Parts: sequence; C-alpha cells; structure tokens
Amino acid sequence: MSRRLDVLTGVHFVQGDIACAEGAIAAGCRFFAGYPITPSSEIAQHMAVRLPQVGGIYLQMEDEIASIAAVIGASWAGLKAMTATSGPGFSLMQENIGYAYMTETPCVIVDVMRGGPSTGQPTKPGQQDVMQAKWGSHGDYEVIALSPASVQEMFDLTIEAFNLSETYRCPVILLADEVIGHLREKLIIPEAEEIEVVERRRPEDLEGYKPFQPGEDLVPPMARLGEGFRLYITGLTHDEAGRPRASSPEAQGRLVRRLCDKIRLNRHRIVKFEEHYLEDAEIVVIAYGLPYRSALPAVEEARRRGIRAGIYRPITLWPQAEERLREIGERAHRVIVLEMNYGQMLREYQRWIDPDRIVFSPSFGEAIPTPEGVLGLIKRCMR
Amino acid sequence: MTHPLDRYLRPGMIPHIWCPGCGNGIILNAFLRAVDELGLDQDEIVVVSGIGCMGRVSGYVNMDGFHTTHGRAIPVAIGIKTARPELKVVVISGDGDLFAIGGNHFLHAARRNVDLLVICANNFNYGMTGGQMGPTTPSKAYTTTTPYGNIEHPLNLVYLAASLGAVYIARWCVTHPLQLKESIKRGLTKRGFSFIEVVTPCVTEYGRRNRMGEPREFMRRLREICVIRRGVDPSEAVIEADRIICGEFRDVDKPEFTQLLWNMIREVSEKASRGEIEVAL
Repeated sequence: MSRRLDVLTGVHFVQGDIACAEGAIAAGCRFFAGYPITPSSEIAQHMAVRLPQVGGIYLQMEDEIASIAAVIGASWAGLKAMTATSGPGFSLMQENIGYAYMTETPCVIVDVMRGGPSTGQPTKPGQQDVMQAKWGSHGDYEVIALSPASVQEMFDLTIEAFNLSETYRCPVILLADEVIGHLREKLIIPEAEEIEVVERRRPEDLEGYKPFQPGEDLVPPMARLGEGFRLYITGLTHDEAGRPRASSPEAQGRLVRRLCDKIRLNRHRIVKFEEHYLEDAEIVVIAYGLPYRSALPAVEEARRRGIRAGIYRPITLWPQAEERLREIGERAHRVIVLEMNYGQMLREYQRWIDPDRIVFSPSFGEAIPTPEGVLGLIKRCMR
Repeated sequence: MTHPLDRYLRPGMIPHIWCPGCGNGIILNAFLRAVDELGLDQDEIVVVSGIGCMGRVSGYVNMDGFHTTHGRAIPVAIGIKTARPELKVVVISGDGDLFAIGGNHFLHAARRNVDLLVICANNFNYGMTGGQMGPTTPSKAYTTTTPYGNIEHPLNLVYLAASLGAVYIARWCVTHPLQLKESIKRGLTKRGFSFIEVVTPCVTEYGRRNRMGEPREFMRRLREICVIRRGVDPSEAVIEADRIICGEFRDVDKPEFTQLLWNMIREVSEKASRGEIEVAL
C-alpha cells in the first residue's frame, strides 16, 4: 500500500502551528489563503510546503480581508478551506466572517492569539480575542470556537473544527495562543482510517434544490458552484432559494432565528469540556488554553496536600456547557477563573455562577500563571 | 411576452432595481449577448459582484451568482477561479466597489494576472447610497458629499490597469453597445486578467447634480464626449468631464496565474507521490 501523503501517521516532535496545519490537511483541507502575521505565520509557511504535495492550493493574499474572501469563494467552489491569523488580522476579517455565517459557508479560521489591543505584543500569548470570536462581526449569530491546550490538540481540534464546520455549514474558529502555537511537544498522528472526517451534506438532485432550505437539523445541504444549480449567494437577508428579502421582517426573523438555532439547538452535540476531581471539590479552577496547563498540576498538588480542589476546562469556548457550569457553581465554595485577559469569559461565568463565589485572576503578556501561583490562589481560598 | 435573452435572466428577479435612464441594463444586455454569441454554457460561468447598484447584477443573471461584501468581489473570485479553473469567472461591479474599498484587490489580481474578466460600471459616484463622491468623480463635480465641487483628482482606470499589467484593457460607454459586446467577448475568451471600463449615466444622482439633463439628454452628451480611438497609449486614454477616450488599449499575452499555480501543484504532487521530494515533519 502506498503511503498516504495527507496523513503523516507516526510520532512527531513539532510546533503547535505545524500540528494545526497537519490537522487541517488530514481533515481534507485543500485550500489555504492567508497573510503573514506573528504568531501564526508558521501555519501559512507549512501549508505553502504541504498543500501542493497533496494537490491543494496555497495562496498568499494582499491582506486578511482578501484571505477570508478567497476562502469563502473556494468553499463554495467545493473545497475545504482555511485561513490563519492573529488579532489584527482577525479584526480585519470580521465583516467577511459575518458574511460566511450569513451565507452558511463552511470554513475554518485559526486565530493564534497575541497581546492586544492593536499591535500589542506580537510575540507574547494572550486570550484577548475570545469575545471578539463571539461578537466580532455585526448582527446576530452563534459561533463555534475551540480552544486547544497542547500541540496534540492543535492537530485534533483543527480536525474537529473542520468536522463541525462541515456539519453545521458555518465558519468554525480555532482560538489558540502564541505559546500553544510555538510550543514544541509530542504529536501523535494516527492511521488515516482512525481519523473521523466529515463531509458537507450535498443536495441529492438538481430539481427543486434550494441552497438555504434546511433539513431537520436546521442545516441546508450545500451545492457547489459550476454544477448547474445557478446558485445566488448574497449577504442580504434572503429566502430559502437565496433571493434577497431585504425588506421582509418575516424573512429576517426566519433566517436569523435559524442561523442562531442551528447552533443553539445542537449545543449538546457541539459542546466539549474536560474536568478532573470535581466529585467533592470545594474549590474549582476554570481555565482554558495555556493557563489550563499551569492550573492542572496546581490542582493535583493541592489534592496531595488534602485540599479538595478540582478543575474544569471548556474546550469549546463557544458554545459552553451552561448547565454543567451552573451545577459546579452551586456545589463549590469558591471558583477561580484564570484568563490571559482582563476578564472576558469571566462575565459569561458570572451569569451562570454566583459572582460572589468567583475569584478572578487575570494575566498579561509573559506573566503566564505558574503552577505555584495557582496553588497559592487555591490556598488563599481555603482561609 | 418573452425576450430572446430570457433564459439568461434568473426567474423571479426581474424587474431590476435600476432607475429609469440608468445604463447598467445596457451593460447586462451586452454581457448576456456576448455569452450567447460565444455559445458559452451558462452553467460554467460564475458572476461575482460587490455592493452597489451594479453589484445587484449577480442576482439577475441566470448563472451562478455571488453577491459578496462591499469591495471583495475580486478576492472571492480568485478563490473560485483557483479552486475550479475550468469555470469562467466574471466580476461585474461599480467604480466605488472595485476602486475605492476594493482597490487593493484589483491592484494585486491584475499584478498576478489571474484569469478573470472584470467589468466596471463607472457612473462617477456612489449611486445606491445617494450620490456621494467616489474615486472616479471628476474634479469640480457636485455630489452629495462635494456640495462645493470635488477638490480631489479622479483615477484613470485604464491607465491604472495598464500600469498593473492587465493583459486586455478597454473602455467603452453604454452609447457603444455593439463595441462593448464584442469587447466582452474578447475578455471572456482572453486568458489572463482582462479589464473593461464602461461609462454609464447615473441620471438620478450624478446627472441631476451636474446638469446632465433628462436621460435622453444625458445619453446624447455622453455620445458626444465619448470618442473611440484606435492605437492610443493607455497613458493618453483621458477621462475628463468633456472628453473621454474609448477603445481597446491593450491586448497582450503573458503567463497566467491559475495555470502557473496548477502546473506547480501537479508537478509537486506527482514528485511527492513518486517519492522524489521528502514528505515529512
């Protein structure tokens, strides 16, 4: 059997950004358009090397606006498509990300977060774009955003991002950070057969097909350009056939509700989290991405010292397991929230957990929370 | 009642939104006749447009149509064209969309020589939003945002396209429907970045504020000032309030982006599958 060029099965020692690019290729991504920006450039560079090897397209565009625009065009042309950037580029992409939600265009956007606002700290990690991922474009929409905490997850969650994107016909955002993107550690790429890859549902026949007529899961099957469907794709409010309905309140209500509901009502299928030692935990640490890596050993050390500490990590930042977080909030005496920002997800947790029980610990730039620091926080909560 | 071009018009989308006296319909007509006369398969054409009056054209053609965000028709078209080189991808949009908000994309698509036909309806202002000044508004012209006369210098789109290396460049007025149709046929069959500018009257906004008269009068004036010249260098293709040089300004050949891209992809992927280049992490 000839070797698969798209799934490089084996044990590797690589950077997170490289793992992300390999995950994309393993998931079937055959189109990448991007613009250089620290700390995500390695994804583009690796795609420039690898995509032509597997028959895929790498384009370097003139800016991030063009990059996401080309990704949208390629997706409708039938390819799985992706772009990667960091905060400033993510800001530039927002209008077209909204367009991709409106036109139900599957694609993956990787934001390797650095410190902001503005140019900020290009080579330092941050988690300051988590609210932008949810609310960055104008209008009502629901997003799916994933948070990797290791090089392995840069691979695994990029595949997951493509699968979710193809399933729900929407953009999916991978919110990594500079450290996870540049970290080198072990990556295990499984056999191709062991990797679950989802393809978008296509219309069964040309007759009577409406590109925005949903199935029971609220997701319409998706035709591609050049197949005789004579698609009309517009960012204007449209009906099921795609025709503009810019003045109809009924059309606006029907479309916006469905775009949101296809994520809201399928939340239980989308949401992912991991938790440890929560059965009897009095103190619960909530952390995602890089801070989780410091929080877990701190919680384990606390346990060794007889402190009933536990840890909860959202893997999908959008949407999150609200019900589970409410349960945790009711049982714990104290909930410590760690973020590399000045309180963004915190406000979500304050809606689900009694704010008086929450201890918030922000961090910025290189002041990444350390296991010792988190242990100190846990001990202070015991007093 | 039927029209010979009915099969090229998307059912349920006509009447269009364009004002009486607007020239956009003439441009659409010329485009559809060009497609018809070339015998092209309408299911192998994708019309991509941005936002604005001309931006609505992608909804009127009975073909795949892409109505993108403002200014982004060209990069969306590049995504489609590179992914599916067998499709004919045509960008039809207005001057503000293509050259103000979208100017950067025009610049780089022409530089790369991507196989696209870009047709720009130049009506000298932003019609849909209420007649504001744009990058092609003539100096001294009155618009809703230049109430004391335009103090800016307009772009010469033909000269700009020439400086960027577009392989086919023409300018027409809607008073030249036959030449426009023939030129679109040339652009549709040309491999590379082709650019056609079409001067078109915006009676409701631009015409009203600049005393161009009622639609027939505006057309008559355009016919007077838009003169066809052969063999004019793009640097001399003037476009001024009282004189607009029309015609074909360039028709040359050079390597095309999509073809170079796919040659590279085929070569690399074949070498990779034969083990001639190392595929590893």
